[in-house]
Amino acid sequence: MTTEELKNLKSNLVVDARGTACPGPLLAAKKGIGEVNSGEVMEIYSSDEGTKNDIPKWCQKMTHEFLGIVEEDSYSRLFLKKA
Amino acid sequence: MTQDFEMQLKDLQATVSLLEKGTKDQVSMVVFSGDMDKILAAMIIATGAAAYDMKVNLFFTFWALSALRDPRKSAQGKSFMEKMFGMMLPKGSRNLKLSKMNMSGMGTSMIKGIMKKNKVASVEEMFRTAGELGIQINICEMSMNLMGFKREEMIDYPNMSVCGVATFLADAAESKIQLFI
Repeated sequence: MTTEELKNLKSNLVVDARGTACPGPLLAAKKGIGEVNSGEVMEIYSSDEGTKNDIPKWCQKMTHEFLGIVEEDSYSRLFLKKA
Repeated sequence: MTQDFEMQLKDLQATVSLLEKGTKDQVSMVVFSGDMDKILAAMIIATGAAAYDMKVNLFFTFWALSALRDPRKSAQGKSFMEKMFGMMLPKGSRNLKLSKMNMSGMGTSMIKGIMKKNKVASVEEMFRTAGELGIQINICEMSMNLMGFKREEMIDYPNMSVCGVATFLADAAESKIQLFI
């Protein structure tokens, strides 16, 4: 998905993991994914650089669809669709 | 030719199903070191694996037992040697030292300050998270006897049991990942 498409996307759940370091955002994602239904979109806020590599890998293993990243000033928004 | 191919396919399917049965989505770790940094690394890998929905077994042995001691608890009926061991080893994860650059404790408190600044979870917080994620902690009974630790002076942790090397081997044999830390 393009950045524009992602910005217009309505997430079913926003998980704010800003200010936590590895493995904080991953654990937040794991917790959050239990609260959304299959096919719904979850968004993760993270200020940890490594998360941008970690979450796509996690999605691949867990068969969730990774949709992309939107960069904000001091953090990233990572979008995924639950399998 | 087609028959040959079908035969090979059947063979392959049989082999794959055998392999799948042999290993589970499971991580087994021997946590041997009582150094604060190594325990932290073990706990980060363990909680990360739990986020992957993997079952995690941690086998705590030798010096790592110090991390499981509850500083508020004590046990009765210890021999002189057991009391000595208890005094000389760190009482709880809060009192662990760095494996390098400890500098009589200065290095350890410095790194704790930096960890706080970088929002890295402390070892105590990691244990709490691990408990919530259902990570299994097995304590080596032999090490516990050697060092004179008793079950009642260990931390309150939801999934903790005392066992021997056979439990670790059974878990490890079925695991995709095995680590010694």
